Amino acid sequence: MVKLAVVGLGKMGLSHHAIINAHPRVSVDAVCDGTGYLLDVLNKYTGVRTFTDYETMLREVPLDAVLIATPSSIHADMVRMALGKGLHVFCEKPFDITGGGEDLAALAREKGLVNQVGYHYRFVGAFQEVKRLLDAGAIGEVSHVLAEAYGPVVLKPMGSSWRTLRAEGGGCLYDYAAHPINLLNWYFGSPEAVGGTVLNSIFSRETDDEVFSTLFFGDGKSAQVSVNWSDESYRKMSTKITIWGTAGRIYADRQECQIYLRDGAKLPPGCQTGWNVRYTTELTEPVWFYMRGEEYSAQLDYFVRCIEDKRTDNVNSFENATVTDKVMAMMVEDAARGPVLPSGERLAPAPKRRKRFLFG
Amino acid sequence: MQRLLLGDNQFFGVNHMSEEKARAQAMRFQDIHAVINVLDTAYDEGIKTFMCTTHDRIGQVCDHMRADPARYKDYEFFPCMPYAHKYANAMTDYGMLGAVKRFLPEEGLLDAVIRGGMSLAKKDVEGIVTLLVDAEMKMFHDLNTPVIFLQNVVVDLLLGLKFKEAFRIFANHVRARYNAEPGFITMNLPMLLGALDDVGIENPIVCSNINKIGFRMCGGFEAYEQALKERKFRAIAMSVYASGAIPPQEAIEWVCRQPNIESIVFGASSRGNIRNTRELVDRYWPVAGKPAAVTA
Repeated sequence: MVKLAVVGLGKMGLSHHAIINAHPRVSVDAVCDGTGYLLDVLNKYTGVRTFTDYETMLREVPLDAVLIATPSSIHADMVRMALGKGLHVFCEKPFDITGGGEDLAALAREKGLVNQVGYHYRFVGAFQEVKRLLDAGAIGEVSHVLAEAYGPVVLKPMGSSWRTLRAEGGGCLYDYAAHPINLLNWYFGSPEAVGGTVLNSIFSRETDDEVFSTLFFGDGKSAQVSVNWSDESYRKMSTKITIWGTAGRIYADRQECQIYLRDGAKLPPGCQTGWNVRYTTELTEPVWFYMRGEEYSAQLDYFVRCIEDKRTDNVNSFENATVTDKVMAMMVEDAARGPVLPSGERLAPAPKRRKRFLFG
Repeated sequence: MQRLLLGDNQFFGVNHMSEEKARAQAMRFQDIHAVINVLDTAYDEGIKTFMCTTHDRIGQVCDHMRADPARYKDYEFFPCMPYAHKYANAMTDYGMLGAVKRFLPEEGLLDAVIRGGMSLAKKDVEGIVTLLVDAEMKMFHDLNTPVIFLQNVVVDLLLGLKFKEAFRIFANHVRARYNAEPGFITMNLPMLLGALDDVGIENPIVCSNINKIGFRMCGGFEAYEQALKERKFRAIAMSVYASGAIPPQEAIEWVCRQPNIESIVFGASSRGNIRNTRELVDRYWPVAGKPAAVTA
């Protein structure tokens, strides 16, 4: 049995808690959260040991692993403490927006501990299929990629919480854009530069609601990121990738993978020239417990298996996630610099306009 | 329960195969009359039960049915609550307690204040759960709701947390206040049956994916087969076509051969598909002298 504690009981923490608690080879021996109320309810009805202080929990409960789902700005200290205690760590994304990801990755490596970050799209069948197709060279030389995510998160001005403050890890860039950027890193590695970044607020006072940027990769490949979490026309978050290559095009979202292969393309097994469509029903491996998509269960099961098999070369490692953190840091800097005017000077940021809203 | 129940995913842009198709359906059903037309078509085929989420727009369907009691007096709704997205979003914005407070009835009813306030103070979820159920049930007043379901996201969250007491609270409240049978939707049938047993809910109505290819049948195909053979519960099969991965005839023929299934819930938007499903069920799941849609 892997003895594990869940830290942070927001939406993600509670969801992780339910999924991992149903795992037949995991025992959730403690949960920790800053607010006592929910802890007391959980303790009363499920009997799980609860803590409001992280260090006390680490001291008092014998554990093998922690699952950290606290606000992003406090990930680093919690991860460091857990690694110091010799615990395997699963941490929510973004990993460390304070810039210390590499040190944490090195510490985890040195200690030989499993270190995983919750970029669950790498466990979605359709996006895994894209990786297989790219690795097989199915669409030839890739020239350009469009990585998108849209959804209805912030639809009106909001009260203040950590999610409304960029410094705390809130905002469309860290919450939404991190996912398509991480997929780009998985498929194509780290970009050399970013340009034309727009981090724009639509409703939020202190963070971004839409993110646009161009990523430049070493071999002339480019990618555009287009993300908006204030788009009510989407029922829930929708992430999509479109990839153009010399021999075809790939489009993928959570449900399906559409592949167009030109005459003369190197056909992967089961593919034909022209259109090929793979659906989630054929691309998805069964999971032991389903709550909100196989990928959430699959990534936690993978974490458990890595612990059992003593594998520390896992996917979504701290090192992988740090690449994404760095791209986002480059985008924040690029947006702050602003675009270049014909005179060679930088365009000054637009003065904050007083926003009036029709709704809300 | 009728043997065929009409579901509502197709009306609200839920499609497990294609986002494009989901959006096209959301556009088609933007006008509530398009939804009502499909319900009427199904009704004329003998399918008189609508298993639907407590989406705000269902309120308009309820108004329509209430306005014509002569035509719809034997029409049944199986509400499935809560409509999870509004709670998930509210939880992100306001935290769990804030979200709960937002959805409590706002009329300042003494009852709500006492149940909700006491419940919050005592960390006793019974009052909160029953208030939330009542808030979701408001739109169905004066309509037939013989079965009231808890949605799978909530059932499976509670199941994972091992918060089994909530199932009992829900079941008791639905029986006492609405004279209805509690139903549970899940993606984890074998595990849920054990949990319902533990809190003494006997012969429960449970709706889960049951299809020939084992799509989203967590716990494994064999465990589902065994549950259908050996456990005492009233099974409703959903996703029998596995989002279109199984051809209709093959899907229905297989599911009708499984033991102890009481009903099939399906989504369809055209007369052709509705009739086709009804005819397949009549052919492969005959009951002497009765068409499929008649109460089993």
